[in-house]
Amino acid sequence: MAQASVAGSSQTRQSEVREGTARLRRRQRRNDLTVRLIAAAVVVAAWEVGGRMISPFLFAPPSRIVAAGIDLIQTGELWKYLSVSLKVFAVGMVAGTAAGVAIGVATARIRLLDLSLEPFIIALYSTPMVALIPLVVIWAGFGDQAKMVIIFLFAIFPILLNTYQGVKGVEPRFLEVARSFRSSERALWLDVIVPSALPFIVAGVRLALGRALVGMVVADLYTAVSGVGYLIVRYAQNLQIDRVLVPVVILSMMGVTLVQGLRWLEVKVAPWTHGIDD
Amino acid sequence: MTTGAVKIRIENASRMFVGGSVSAFEGLSLDVYHNEIACIVGPSGCGKTTLLRCIDGLLPLSQGTILLDGTPVTTPPASVAMVFQHFGLFPWKTVEANVAYGLKLAGAPRDRIEAQVSRALTLVGLQAFARYYPYQLSGGMQQRVGLARALAIEPEVLLMDEPFAALDAQTREILQDEMLRILERERKTIVFVTHSIDEAIALGDRVIVLTACPGRVRETIKVPFGRPRALAAIRADPAFGTLRTRVWDLLRQEIH
Repeated sequence: MAQASVAGSSQTRQSEVREGTARLRRRQRRNDLTVRLIAAAVVVAAWEVGGRMISPFLFAPPSRIVAAGIDLIQTGELWKYLSVSLKVFAVGMVAGTAAGVAIGVATARIRLLDLSLEPFIIALYSTPMVALIPLVVIWAGFGDQAKMVIIFLFAIFPILLNTYQGVKGVEPRFLEVARSFRSSERALWLDVIVPSALPFIVAGVRLALGRALVGMVVADLYTAVSGVGYLIVRYAQNLQIDRVLVPVVILSMMGVTLVQGLRWLEVKVAPWTHGIDD
Repeated sequence: MTTGAVKIRIENASRMFVGGSVSAFEGLSLDVYHNEIACIVGPSGCGKTTLLRCIDGLLPLSQGTILLDGTPVTTPPASVAMVFQHFGLFPWKTVEANVAYGLKLAGAPRDRIEAQVSRALTLVGLQAFARYYPYQLSGGMQQRVGLARALAIEPEVLLMDEPFAALDAQTREILQDEMLRILERERKTIVFVTHSIDEAIALGDRVIVLTACPGRVRETIKVPFGRPRALAAIRADPAFGTLRTRVWDLLRQEIH
């Protein structure tokens, strides 16, 4: 029982050490942030100065992009095109995630499906999806539906393959523990397989988001006159470079936000894979 | 404390290693008595762990039978719990949820689960860590959770597969001591597999020495120490040294 008091005092010492480490880490983070902010300011300044020296038919400095952006927002033009893109993006992503997780889990757990579908999944994953777009247009037309199919195709494979890996990679020792405690197959899924594969699934969704954004823009280029992709093409044809760059910047910010959000979620669903930091 | 009644009877049991064509053990027969601690030692690769998995019904025998209370074991029995060398704690579950795991699967009512979890955590001295995740605990604490998870279902038989082998020497001794203390309060039939002779003698009522691959029972040795035991006192006892030498000699013959 003497052990309890030893454990007690070592616990307080541990918390002191932890606080000290946290302080050091905070300072490090503050320094890093300063460097990042200064670097960003330098790059934007150089862009501004350099951009003004180049013909407006070829390039635009940040100030003119912001002005064009305000203009596009005020006229409602940006939202008109962006909303269509966001809608097809959301539908394609949700459908791709649902199908990817379902097929990934099924192929990983059912041997018959694994053996028969694997070569096709690998082949399709390796095919540049852009090559399939004309075919999708023939099948699904030029409307929003075709765009959704294209985004779906861009998104599904990273999710499917990651889910497959996650389910296959469940540590045998966890399966053994579950069997030893007389788990049913259904309980096994909920207690072991899904939580263990979840970090892989989230990572798959993160990879898919980047690809789906590419799919969204490319789909606009090939299909009907809607969406941000079309907006970009139209302004490019008029050589309104500042306006071309508005949706580009927005897409880039969207991509960064979504990917960082998913990174955060990855740590959230599996804190044990990222070491101890509380 | 061989009280006579046979709890586990292993009859002429044989089994290959998983995924191999080598026999882990062959024609192995052994009785484990009610409420005794039977420590199995043997050369590495003599199928100790495989035998334990067969007793838990995780692996089928290729020949022979294992009877638990006279009934052949084919699937993991409800009255048996295993403590694993690799701990096998779910990293996505809190300490509390890990300990509750077996009870939840058994469909126990929530108040019983709560009571049992808190009892088991108190036994292993981890009440304060119920809300922690395994990765936030040291190895020794993690194995205490493993022990608590097994004790929570109130098993009649506890199978322990080199439970302290993954821990450093000091933590191992502390846990051995603690296990002795816990088991004074909760008598159970225990099959304890270890590669440490000292551990087998310190904890066991009997030490069962297996032969080299394929494993068979080479000899069964009764440990002359009563209970309750204090590890330090036992280690100082001359009988401990004698016994240790005897087991060593048996093992040495098997290794060469």
